[in-house]
Amino acid sequence: MNFDYSEEQIFLKDQVRTFLETECTSSVTRSVLEDKHTPYDEALWRSVSEMGWMGVAVPESYGGLGLDHVYLCAIAEELGRVIAPIPFSSTVYILAEALMLTGTEDQKRRILPRLVSGEIVGCLATSEGRGYTSINSLSVRAEGGFVTGEKIPVVDGGIATHAIVSVRSEKGPSLYLVDLSADGVKREELDSIDPTRNLAKVIFNRVPGEALGEEGKGEELLAGVQNRAAVLFSFEQIGGSERCLDIAKDYAMNRYAFGQIVSKYQAIKHKFADMYVKKEIARSNAYYGAWALSTNADVLPEAAASARIAGCLSYEFSAQENLQIHGGMGFTWETDCHLHLRRARQLGLVLGGLPIWRERLVRALEERGVVQKGENNGLSR
Amino acid sequence: MDFRDNAQEAEFRKNTRDWLAVHGSIFTELKLAKYDREKELEIAKRWQAAKAEAGYACIAWPVEWGGRGGTAMEQTIFSEEEEKLGVRFQYFSIGLGMCLPTVIAFSDKETKSRLVPPAVRGDTIWCQLFSEPAAGSDVAGIRTRAIETEDGSWLLSGQKVWTSYAHQSDYGIVLARTNPDVPKHKGLTMFWLDMKSPGIEVRPIHMASGESDFNEVFFTDVRVKDSQRLGEVNQGWKTALLTLDNERLSFGGAEGPDWEELMSLAATLPSGMGGGSVLKEGGFRDKLADFYVLSEGLKYTRLRSLTTLSRGQTPGPENSVGKLISATQMQRVANEALERLDQYGILADEDFLSDVGAFQRNFYWGAAMRIAGGTDEILRNIIAERVLGLPREHRLDAEVAFKDLPKGI
Ligand SMILES: Cc1cc2nc3c(=O)[nH]c(=O)nc-3n(C[C@H](O)[C@H](O)[C@H](O)COP(=O)(O)OP(=O)(O)OC[C@H]3O[C@@H](n4cnc5c(N)ncnc54)[C@H](O)[C@@H]3O)c2cc1C
Repeated sequence: MNFDYSEEQIFLKDQVRTFLETECTSSVTRSVLEDKHTPYDEALWRSVSEMGWMGVAVPESYGGLGLDHVYLCAIAEELGRVIAPIPFSSTVYILAEALMLTGTEDQKRRILPRLVSGEIVGCLATSEGRGYTSINSLSVRAEGGFVTGEKIPVVDGGIATHAIVSVRSEKGPSLYLVDLSADGVKREELDSIDPTRNLAKVIFNRVPGEALGEEGKGEELLAGVQNRAAVLFSFEQIGGSERCLDIAKDYAMNRYAFGQIVSKYQAIKHKFADMYVKKEIARSNAYYGAWALSTNADVLPEAAASARIAGCLSYEFSAQENLQIHGGMGFTWETDCHLHLRRARQLGLVLGGLPIWRERLVRALEERGVVQKGENNGLSR
Repeated sequence: MDFRDNAQEAEFRKNTRDWLAVHGSIFTELKLAKYDREKELEIAKRWQAAKAEAGYACIAWPVEWGGRGGTAMEQTIFSEEEEKLGVRFQYFSIGLGMCLPTVIAFSDKETKSRLVPPAVRGDTIWCQLFSEPAAGSDVAGIRTRAIETEDGSWLLSGQKVWTSYAHQSDYGIVLARTNPDVPKHKGLTMFWLDMKSPGIEVRPIHMASGESDFNEVFFTDVRVKDSQRLGEVNQGWKTALLTLDNERLSFGGAEGPDWEELMSLAATLPSGMGGGSVLKEGGFRDKLADFYVLSEGLKYTRLRSLTTLSRGQTPGPENSVGKLISATQMQRVANEALERLDQYGILADEDFLSDVGAFQRNFYWGAAMRIAGGTDEILRNIIAERVLGLPREHRLDAEVAFKDLPKGI
């Protein structure tokens, strides 16, 4: 048993961190945030692909490094720490993972090597407007291999080369892989709560697509894709949480009020303690998720859901408390507080909000038969 | 990252299960009996002796002191398997979890071989005599005096309070003031005590839950030999810190019913929102999910510290996290169960308790656990100051002689 990164994983993580600390300072993130015409940082994207991060968990036969998923988790943590403004998650956690989970040999061969080299950018198009979009009542259709309809909003939808689209086909709810350079694709860039990530409406007008995984099995397939991504996203959330703690500490150790630094006030210290506790709980759940992901364990649904819930709760809390600890300064454009607040909110919604994941978790526990097992004998003390 | 047992751990788990399958039947007796304190203590002692006999009592302790010389991971595996029997006793946890590690660290070989093995076997029960009416969170503020006599022994006088299991204890560790003329942390000394010594009077306190597990303890010129001293004279604070760190560590696990039992209960209760069970209600499911995430998170956090341990690092104040959240969780889960039992949740009559008794108990016990072993506030201070390195508050008492400090209730 071993509940931590291995030495090699820590080594990689440190390297990734050192690189990002110089190459992805918050001014890099800000330039994407502030320039409406820059949807992501291309230079960073190029460096990241050159270093092989996109292919860390992709098998060598498809151009990747073929390492354990835990290495990818370590990278995700560091990308989250610096609020990286690149479409890494859509491409790697979602498109690459989905292909490895359900793709045909041909699909993998066609896409993965180009994805690893940074040429392909992915996106997941499932939402169809206000509120929760159920896969069983989709309006986007696939007929005779052609996709028609509208997805809104789609993270990285404006810059992706390929989309995974949830559709209703002749055989029922399905996932389709669509090349977005095809005729009939129209995209409209949208403003986002977190402009460091691209957001768009994607309209399909009889666009050729191919089924990803078995048609009619869209619900299970999508859940599988989301579970894998949820674990990886939770590491980004931990990195972000940890960064918020660090920034808040730097500030509180230098700001004076009533004759002393504010970090001496207990009300402030208790905020730090609560941030720390939430982050540790998130980390522990995420590690369990990482293990389930890397071993394809059958507990992945509940492991992924709890990693996601704990990750969302931690990052949103830390981002908010970081801003609060900064006082008025925290609500200015100049501090990074709002960058984290935005990213935390974005990450909290990108795979569906907490109510959905809480429900998925309880359902997984029901399926696991916990109710029959949990016997309460009234004697434990 | 691997959450499975390695070959050696799997082997240990198998042996544990086999052993528990044979010896665990002892609990059937307890389950059949109505809730009965004396019977419980008797069975607890038999159980501890059986474990000691088989080398399962203090798995990570040296064989020399009655342990097994095993690993912390083996200890965890045993506890996991033991917990499945559904019974956990508290009688030995204060001794084995806090007092004896301090004794082991601070006394000579002869004392250790005299005191430790009987405690491991469950022959002796220990208590921790730290808190006083005027000093709980502020442990270093205690007033109980130990005065050195001409023959080199000490005379102990004063009062302790909230001492768990003092009425059943054979021994205790006590913190006393040996110099009131210096700042409070610098004038303390720690001793171990025979609770049958002349001059000790134990008066059970009626607890908020209606039970009587803790006590007031009065010392009137209790003679303590110098060989009973743990650590240097006036260096007792150092000794006490070890005990307190161990205390937070041993309090880290949740006790009694958790999300699993709550989930099972909810499946049997009718929803007030129309047909179906409580388990089908969205509001309930949201809470259940969060309880699960915290409990599992806590479990894996403990396993992470074990990994750190097995890499040769020492467990530090970050273990306060477990104690801080498990106490509140215990309370919230219990309250949720009572809410969902609706009016029946008020009922505490023995004849009806069977499946809800454990939640009823945790309704009180959660409140106790948020105080015992350090309050929520103190634990947050520890996390902020000792884990995260934030500055300490201004201490008005750090430079002033103890005798000159202001005193209230
Ligand atoms: C069930 C139970 C069993 C116990 N068993 C034992 C035992 O076996 N042996 C033993 O020695 N003791 C035992 N205790 C005592 C326990 O350790 C103390 O009650 C506890 O440490 C709190 O101290 P106090 O009661 O004096 O509260 P106080 O210290 O008076 O605290 C009162 C309030 O002030 C807050 N407070 C105090 N200091 C600070 C601070 N610096 N910052 C912020 N808030 C602060 C507290 O959080 C609390 O809310 C037991 C208590 C309980 C409930």
